[in-house]
Amino acid sequence: MIELLDLFCFAAISAGTFFFFAGTVGLLRFPDSLTRMHALAKADNLGLGLVALGLILRADSALSALKLIVIWALVLLSGASTAQLIGRALRRGRK
Amino acid sequence: MSLLPYLDVGLALLIVGVAVWIIAARDLFASVVSYVAYGLLLAFVWIRLYAPDVALTEAAVGGGVTGVLLITAGKRLGALKSIAPEAQPGLAFKLLIGVLAALVAGALGAVIMMLPDPPPSLAPEAAAAAAGAGAGLGNPITAVLISYRSFDTMLEKIVLILAVVGVWSVGTDKAWGDTPAPFRRPKPYAPMVFLAQMLAPIGALIGIHIFWVGANAPGGAFQGGALLAAMWMVTMMARLVEPPRVDAQWLRLALVAGPAVFLIAGLAGEVVAGSFFAYPPGLAKPIILVIEAFMLVSITAALPMLVAGPPSERSEQ
Repeated sequence: MIELLDLFCFAAISAGTFFFFAGTVGLLRFPDSLTRMHALAKADNLGLGLVALGLILRADSALSALKLIVIWALVLLSGASTAQLIGRALRRGRK
Repeated sequence: MSLLPYLDVGLALLIVGVAVWIIAARDLFASVVSYVAYGLLLAFVWIRLYAPDVALTEAAVGGGVTGVLLITAGKRLGALKSIAPEAQPGLAFKLLIGVLAALVAGALGAVIMMLPDPPPSLAPEAAAAAAGAGAGLGNPITAVLISYRSFDTMLEKIVLILAVVGVWSVGTDKAWGDTPAPFRRPKPYAPMVFLAQMLAPIGALIGIHIFWVGANAPGGAFQGGALLAAMWMVTMMARLVEPPRVDAQWLRLALVAGPAVFLIAGLAGEVVAGSFFAYPPGLAKPIILVIEAFMLVSITAALPMLVAGPPSERSEQ
């Protein structure tokens, strides 16, 4: 049972790291700001979510698991809002 | 075999790289953004040095507040530049600056290389004094800050007030007593309003939590205050609240509350406990918490006022 949990935890964190890696590649390779932001959003939302999921399984108390969820939710909130703000600033700059 | 030393070296190289980029970047905005990244990387270094209190402060101040301060300063500079073209410093002047900076960096490096082994440190003495005469606090950092070196901590907050006075003094005579005019955007973007409405309550709660756990765990008045200040700034940017008039009584009281209460507690220590800034044993923890609570108020008031800038007549529009 413990081994299975560890395996799942490992898989989740690895998948999360992969999303961060893919996001970084996108940030470096994509042609313009909007597509680069798209790549970053995936890394933040899914990557961090999967890493948090993996860490929750190893959390030593319910409180620290809750804190991890709150951290993820805060990053989701600020990431989505700032992406909107940057996107709008870009569109305004182009006109 | 551990990977951590390699990560540490990588982190150190990354910081040097970002530092070089801050200086080399031609664009002011790019410099500021890399400076924020530099602050966040430094926070990681403090974590690796087992100093979570310093890491929290570095992340909040170096990564957050200083970043906002520099971005607004850069914007104001940009507005000025369109009025008066800036004079480029001559080559000799640039060389002189470079030589002086290299001298300072070299001297610091030489001092660190020449430290005796083990390096002289006041830390054991401070920890002993804070644990003994002081505090009954679980977090030795807070005990050292408020008990062992209380006078320094109070003076730091007075410096913060002086900085606010300095910023306000830059305003014109006619604008005196008016509100600062920061982040001027007549109609805020909807996502900004949404972010402020969602984030501010949660952020305020986390700020108060960080202040409260500071007695027993990493955290404290400065870290919590920086977070509360950031939440006030976010709501001001979204125009959910307007910046206060600089002659508002409550604002002035909030600014001086921390150092004033600190000083009163210190003077009371002279009478009750026998020396300036001594706390009566047994009562140390509640006294320190009260002092920290008022310092939290002062920091929360001072940092946004630094960012908001001098009072301006334009806000009357």
